[in-house]
Amino acid sequence: MRVLLSGNEAVARGCYEHGVKVATAYPGTPSTEILENVVKYKDDVYCQWSPNEKVAFEVAMGASFGGVRTITAMKHVGLNVAADPLMTSTSVGGDGGFVIVTADDPGMHSSQNEQDNRYYAKFAKIPLVEPADSQEVKDYLGAAFEISERFGTPVLFRLTTRISHAKTPVELGERTEVARKEYVKDTSRRVVIPAHARRLHVAVEKRLEEIRRFAEDSPLNRIEEGDPAVGVISSGIAYEYARDAFPTATFLKLGLSFPFPIDLAREFCSRFETVYIVEENEPFIEEHLRIAGITNVIGKEKIPVCGELNQGIVRDSVAKNPAPSDRAQVPPRPPVLCPGCPHRSTFFTLNRMNIGSTSDIGCYTLGVMPPLEGLDTCICMGASIGNALGFEKAIGKEFAKKMVAVIGDSTFVHSGMTGLADVAYNKGATTVIILDNSITAMTGHQEHPGTGVTLMGEPTIKLDYIALAKSMGIEDARKVDAYDLEAVKAAIGETTENPEASLLVVEGPCVLMDRKSWGPALEVNAEDCTACGMCLRLGCPAISKDDEGKAAINPLFCVGELCSMCAQVCPVKCISVPVEAAAS
Amino acid sequence: MDKVTNVFISGVGGQGILLASEVLSEVALARGLDVKKSEVHGMAQRGGSVVSHVRFGEKVYSPVIAEREADLLVSFEKMEGLRWIHFLAPGGTVIVNSQEIVPSGMEAYPDGMDEGIRERQPDALLLDALGLAREAGNARSVNVVMLGAFSNYLEFSEDEWTKAIEARVPPKTIDVNLKAFRLGREAGRR
Repeated sequence: MRVLLSGNEAVARGCYEHGVKVATAYPGTPSTEILENVVKYKDDVYCQWSPNEKVAFEVAMGASFGGVRTITAMKHVGLNVAADPLMTSTSVGGDGGFVIVTADDPGMHSSQNEQDNRYYAKFAKIPLVEPADSQEVKDYLGAAFEISERFGTPVLFRLTTRISHAKTPVELGERTEVARKEYVKDTSRRVVIPAHARRLHVAVEKRLEEIRRFAEDSPLNRIEEGDPAVGVISSGIAYEYARDAFPTATFLKLGLSFPFPIDLAREFCSRFETVYIVEENEPFIEEHLRIAGITNVIGKEKIPVCGELNQGIVRDSVAKNPAPSDRAQVPPRPPVLCPGCPHRSTFFTLNRMNIGSTSDIGCYTLGVMPPLEGLDTCICMGASIGNALGFEKAIGKEFAKKMVAVIGDSTFVHSGMTGLADVAYNKGATTVIILDNSITAMTGHQEHPGTGVTLMGEPTIKLDYIALAKSMGIEDARKVDAYDLEAVKAAIGETTENPEASLLVVEGPCVLMDRKSWGPALEVNAEDCTACGMCLRLGCPAISKDDEGKAAINPLFCVGELCSMCAQVCPVKCISVPVEAAAS
Repeated sequence: MDKVTNVFISGVGGQGILLASEVLSEVALARGLDVKKSEVHGMAQRGGSVVSHVRFGEKVYSPVIAEREADLLVSFEKMEGLRWIHFLAPGGTVIVNSQEIVPSGMEAYPDGMDEGIRERQPDALLLDALGLAREAGNARSVNVVMLGAFSNYLEFSEDEWTKAIEARVPPKTIDVNLKAFRLGREAGRR
């Protein structure tokens, strides 16, 4: 059967068909839907969200030691978190086939940087497999497991946003079971004391050369004959763009691009006067060619390093006189905190109290937009707490009253807990605010240890942040209702005035989770409205000004009484639940 | 090389763009064509500007449409039509919902959007998809009204469209959606 699957759905289908037994991940755009779809096959594939990518990686590594086919999936920056186990797993190798899926984000649609994770394959000395569409994703995943098992190595499987989130046709197959390999204790390989690690490094170098020879003849690296005068080398999604930009050229398409098949590439380049190297972001392929003395190539001197490519950009970058872009001038429409979002009260209050925040990665990063403008910093998962403590150590304890750490519940569990221990241990005055909506919201509502449910739908423990903080010696640990603006203001006032560390959990479930709780839209009594603009300072997308400058609420957007923040801030109390609704 | 058809759909997060592009892709797939569809998930969906690219034909490589390549440019919101109009191919068709959604942070809707669109494509079709969606019985069926409107400009039959819609929307909403589709299809004809 032929169906349309996204690249992420194709990874999940590939896990099912290629006999995977364990799959782990921490959600992150554009990788999230991989595990969300693996769970559809939960009778055959055990799958779980881990608290972060490092743990996800280590669970997968353990499962591979246990002898079964395993994947772990993460976004590009997630692999930074898992880089510690990655760099040593490569010398230890796999038992059951072990594939690490990295979903990179050229163009930074939902990311803080544009790092090109192909370099992790080179850095960690493991094979790199790069599919270009969903059918290849499913097929190459099987090839990746075979490479992993044949050479005893983890394999890095690289997707990018336009592979992960593009739907393309896929022919479905059946599941093939793969027998578990019996576990045999082998400390000389799995216990990396220096004496063992020195020997393992030699073995890795030998293995790398064997895999390079394998890559020279692998069907994953193929030549597509065309115009004998124009040669192009490409891989991954860039190959698709190049195919449209150079419709008649001869192609060397790389699907197993590290260890780099240099003999194949040298032979290919020798056939042409000039060869175009089309790759998104970094010159990964080009560097291999230039280091080997192959110089009849055009790569990054023409094709941009920054941003996502497409066929038009590739075409224009090599054209003599590209047509200029004819973009119309239109006001921006950036993403914003949703109507009814429980995070709004914290940023509104911080703004009114003139308190800044070191913040973190999640929906609440959107609190940076006007009119809330509640963020001073946002760097990477968990950085908010360490950043706040650093400010305090640099500027003094008084500054901690004017700079709080703001972090979401999922991000706190991911990598905020160690930061909180640091604040307690090193006697910080920092106030840490956890915006607890009980779910990983930005990526589309994935469970975590603070949710109380697993990925496979089983009830489980629910992390108690207050008890956790108290166990660290933080006496002032408390909760407040996100929708009670007076209480939020009082709690932020008291915790920031406290000269010792404090933890404030601002509780309110993600408003998108339970649409049944939405009531009829609030209404403005225009006669009483003085057009003071106070409600507009909430930055709620449901509120705008009418022709007379008075507040107007869009009934299609407003979630109703459950939020009511605008009614709470209105100085003349002219916003309320509609009379008919209140009576019923 | 056989021609690939490029349909570019834009709008505001939450307007149901993904459903419309999904139905179009399924119709093309059922016809036995190669089809690729691309959009971005995550942060962009929170009320921001959203686009979906659909390409179909005998053989499709890139899953995205480049500037000056869209045969059909469809926008579920007026300002979003003008924002992406540089993706329109010379001589391409433009269909825009005249609905105005004020971007968060702006106090009022800017002027000149209609003129901007007509300046680029004098034949652009602007229609009141929100009004037609209400007439069909649900203001949230704007996406299916728009699907009906642009279906006139593609090679598939009404039967192929309705089958794909029936397969894709919640069973309880089939009647409203089919009505929305027909109203859109009538309004989209010239």
